[in-house]
Formats: sequence, C-alpha cells, structure tokens
Amino acid sequence: MEFLSNIFSYMVNNWDHLLMLTIDHIIMVVVGIVLALIVGIPLGVISAKNEFLARIILSVANIIQVFPSIALLGMLMIFLGIGFKTVVVGLFLYSLLPIISNTYVGLREVDDSISEAGRGSGMTVLQLLFKVQLPLSLPFLLAGVRIAAVIAVGVATLAPFIGGDGLGKDIVDGINSRQEAKIYSGAIIAALLAILVDLTLGRAQKQTEQRIG
Amino acid sequence: MIEFKNVKKKYDNGYEALKNINLECSEGEITALIGPSGCGKTTLMKLINRLHNPTSGTITIAGKDTSSIDPIELRRKIGYVIQHVGLFPHMNIGRNVATVPKLLKWDKERTRKRVDELLEMVSLDPETYRDRFPSELSGGQQQRIGVIRALAVEPSIILMDEPFSALDPISREQLQDELIRLQRDIKKTIVFVTHDMDEALKIADKIALMKDGEIVQYGSPEEILRRPANDFVKEFIGEKRLEVYQDTPTIRQVMVNNPVTIYPHRGLAESLKRMEGKKVDSLIVVDERDHLLGYVTVFDVLKEYDNEAIKVKDLMHSFEYKVESHMLLPEAIQQMHERKASYLPVVDESGVLEGLLTRGSIVGYIGKEYDGEVEGVL
Repeated sequence: MEFLSNIFSYMVNNWDHLLMLTIDHIIMVVVGIVLALIVGIPLGVISAKNEFLARIILSVANIIQVFPSIALLGMLMIFLGIGFKTVVVGLFLYSLLPIISNTYVGLREVDDSISEAGRGSGMTVLQLLFKVQLPLSLPFLLAGVRIAAVIAVGVATLAPFIGGDGLGKDIVDGINSRQEAKIYSGAIIAALLAILVDLTLGRAQKQTEQRIG
Repeated sequence: MIEFKNVKKKYDNGYEALKNINLECSEGEITALIGPSGCGKTTLMKLINRLHNPTSGTITIAGKDTSSIDPIELRRKIGYVIQHVGLFPHMNIGRNVATVPKLLKWDKERTRKRVDELLEMVSLDPETYRDRFPSELSGGQQQRIGVIRALAVEPSIILMDEPFSALDPISREQLQDELIRLQRDIKKTIVFVTHDMDEALKIADKIALMKDGEIVQYGSPEEILRRPANDFVKEFIGEKRLEVYQDTPTIRQVMVNNPVTIYPHRGLAESLKRMEGKKVDSLIVVDERDHLLGYVTVFDVLKEYDNEAIKVKDLMHSFEYKVESHMLLPEAIQQMHERKASYLPVVDESGVLEGLLTRGSIVGYIGKEYDGEVEGVL
C-alpha cells in the first residue's frame, strides 16, 4: 500500500515534469509515424500495383521489423549520432512495415467490381486511387497506424539510451538512482498512453469500417 | 451506331477470345450479346469503351475509330453498368450518381438538379435517398442507382454487363420492365450482355448469339426464334420456348389473301358494283403496284353517289394502324380489340398489301383449328 502511495505522491509532486516528458514522448511518436505515412503509403501503393516490387519492398520492411529495437537504435546512433533525430528515425523505421503492408492489403481488398466501375466511368488511374481505392482501404490503413503507434510508444521509452527524452527518461533515471516510484510512474504513463492510442485509433477504425459497410 | 469490323482479340497467353467479329449495333436500339460463359460476349462489349483493346480490326462509334479517341474521354461519354453494381460504398447515393458529372466538372447546382431528376426517373424519392449510403439500399435499389449513374451525363451509348443477373427474380423482372419503359423515353444505343435468353427476348431489339468467340446468329428475337441457324442456337433457346413460338399462328396463316381492292382514280359506280358483287361494306384502296393507300366505305360512296365528278381518292380514309404478316395472332387480336377495328390491313416492309386480317378470318381459323378436338369430345 505504501508502495502505491509513494508512486502516487511522486506523480502529484512532479506532474509538470511528467507532463513535459509525456509531451516529448508523444511528439517523437507522432513525427515518426507521420514520416512513416509519407513514405509508407506510396510504397504500399506501388506494392499493390506491382507484385514483383511488392515482394522486395515487403521483405525489406520485414527485415527492419525483426531487428531488436535496442540494436536498431544502437546502430542508428553510429550513423546519426545521438538525440531526438535518431529516435525519430528509429520510430519511423519501426512503423514502416505495418503501414506499408496494411496499405497493400487494403488496396488489394478493394472489390474489383468497384474499381472497374470507376475505370469504366472514365476515372484516371490517380482519380481512381485517390477518390475510390485509398478511401476504401482507410480502415486497413488505420489498423496499420494503430499497430505502428502502439509499438512506437513502447520503443520510444528506449530513447534516453541514445540521447532522447520522453517517458523513458524517468524510467532510466529511476533505475540509475534506485527510485522505484520514478521507474513506475514513467512506465505506467507510457503504458496508459499506449492503451489510449490503441482505443482511440481502434474506434476511428471501427467508424470508417461502418461507413464503408 | 457502333460498328465492329473484322475484330479479333487474342490474349497474351494465346487464347483467342474473339475470332473475326463483324457487328453493327444500331442507333437507339438494345443489342443483346448472349452466349454461354467464355463465349467472348463481355470481352466484345469491353472493346467499345476500350477497357480492352482489339488485337486487330476496328471499332467505330458514329463513324469514328475508337482507337483515335482518348480512352478516358471515351469512357466518360459512354454509360457503364456492371453486374456487381459497383457502387462506391464510401459515397452516399447522391455522390455516386454524380460520379461522371463530377469528373466532367459540372457546377454544383446543375449536378444536384440532375441527380434529383435521375432519382425520380427510377421512382426513388430524392429527399429520402440522396444522403443514404449504398449499404442501406436493397439489391434492386442499388442496381437502379447503378443504372442512373450510367445515365447521368446523357451518354448516347450505354453498356450493360449482365446488370440484373445477381438480383432475385422479382427485382430482376421489375428492373427489366423499368429498363424497357426508360428506353422508350431515352432511346439510347444500348449494348446488353446477358446469359439469360428470356431476358434477351424480353428487352432486346437485336440479339447476337455468340459461341467460342464467334457470332453464331444475329437478328431480331423474332427471327432467331423462328429460324434458329443451327442446333446450337436451338439448344440455347431451349425446346420449350421454341415450341411456344412455333405453335402460335402468325397473321399470315389466318389472313384473307385476296382482299377486295380498288384504284384511287376509279369512280363511285364501279366501287358500289364491286362491293355488291363481293358482298363487302368497304374496299381497300391500292395503287398500281399494290401499295396500300387507304379504304372507302359503302356509306361514303352512297352519300356522294350522285356526284359523278367524285373519285375514290376523294372519299378515301387512311389506316391508322397496319400490321406485318409475321406478327403473332394473339398480339394482332389484342390490337384489333384495343383499337375497336373490325379488320387490319397486312403489309410487307415496303408497304405492299398482302392481305386482310378480319374478324371473320379469325373465327374461321379458330373453327378449323378446334374442329378435330370437338369431334374427339363427342
């Protein structure tokens, strides 16, 4: 009981500090995922259009994904040095696979008859993509973002090892200074953040699914 | 008019989908392409809006070679209805119908008006349905939207790829009836792919029956039913349908072959004498080459009888309705009944009088037909 009240009083006393760390954490995750969307969606589209390129793109993304996160971040540090930038690149790489593969699957799942109706009505390839195929694969894409975001919230706690900030900072500091309350408050907030992201994006995904019917 | 000239289509894997097709789809008519699956009917249709391109040969629309038209432009001018409806599930009905107007950048007001007009055309209340999503509609309603989406920018050509085959039988009948009704007003050139002979017979003006990439027979439903080109056609039509048609008498079998006629420049005394001689109350007026001109009745003749200057042509009435000899008897009887006519003139394509269908001739025919049966009962 005393243990819980310790954590609670730490959180109350340091709420401004924890808030800063949470904001840092969110910024890293958001920037990483936005970059992954910018790169991943076009790669997903290319994969859906060309089976041969799909195999190459998806296997490269797969290889990145199976790297242990700490090893990946360590390797990136060698090339990019330490700091925010390196963390974001790491999160970006981790988010690529779910986004590429879900865009790819989403586009392939679009009913052929719907694409044919669009083509037959005189849509250009790009009009068909932006007005019909991508909107229809939105539920899949959102599922990809959801997976990517949950992973990224977790991976981002490793940021302090390569000079980044975020909730990981309190965890690492807590380990170094043997303050359990510090460790737990960082970890609990990170976990809550992951759950929150999962629930929010899950709901968004459901809504788009319902609309598409 | 759509014209196929020596069109061949070979796929990359060497499969010959179409072998030297020559076909004309007339302006304002429904041409049905029918045949078993794999016969190339859908491929043939998709050549029109260039979803496929021919390996050799040309396709012209109103005299213009389609290969010289940008496919995107071409498709926006040709309505397209597909089997699985293909409504965009993420767009409401209004936006679905407005697909092509939007691509052509119509202004909002014009598009909105057109969408409402189209919805009313298929008896769907715009207020109720405009903002609904496709998944909220029944199958029949969805395909109605599919059809009006194709009509949105008033294309002169509409392609329909088995549009009603996925519907339940009742909705299918309804949509077929609606298409026939719609076509009476819009008079589009429609190419209709189907595998259902009843459907083709019901809606098509011309039927092209296909097998293995070739057209086996082309003609009106009537021609195909009466003169199936070979056993394949017979089998495809089905014995039952053939029997029904071949057992029903046509006007030719029933009509009076030598009606009493007179030339337009003859006098009234001669007319009256002819009527008396043949015991009829009216004469059919024809020219020297037997072209039907009209008729005179005994009442007209008697009224003007004293006036020697008057000729038959001055008293002549023209016929409001004529029939051709291949018309089926039940249809002709129905027409006589509706028009309260005591007889109908029968002419060929060039307007030459072939005979008369009279009440007497119908009674005579039926009497003869049922003669044997009556005896059998007794």
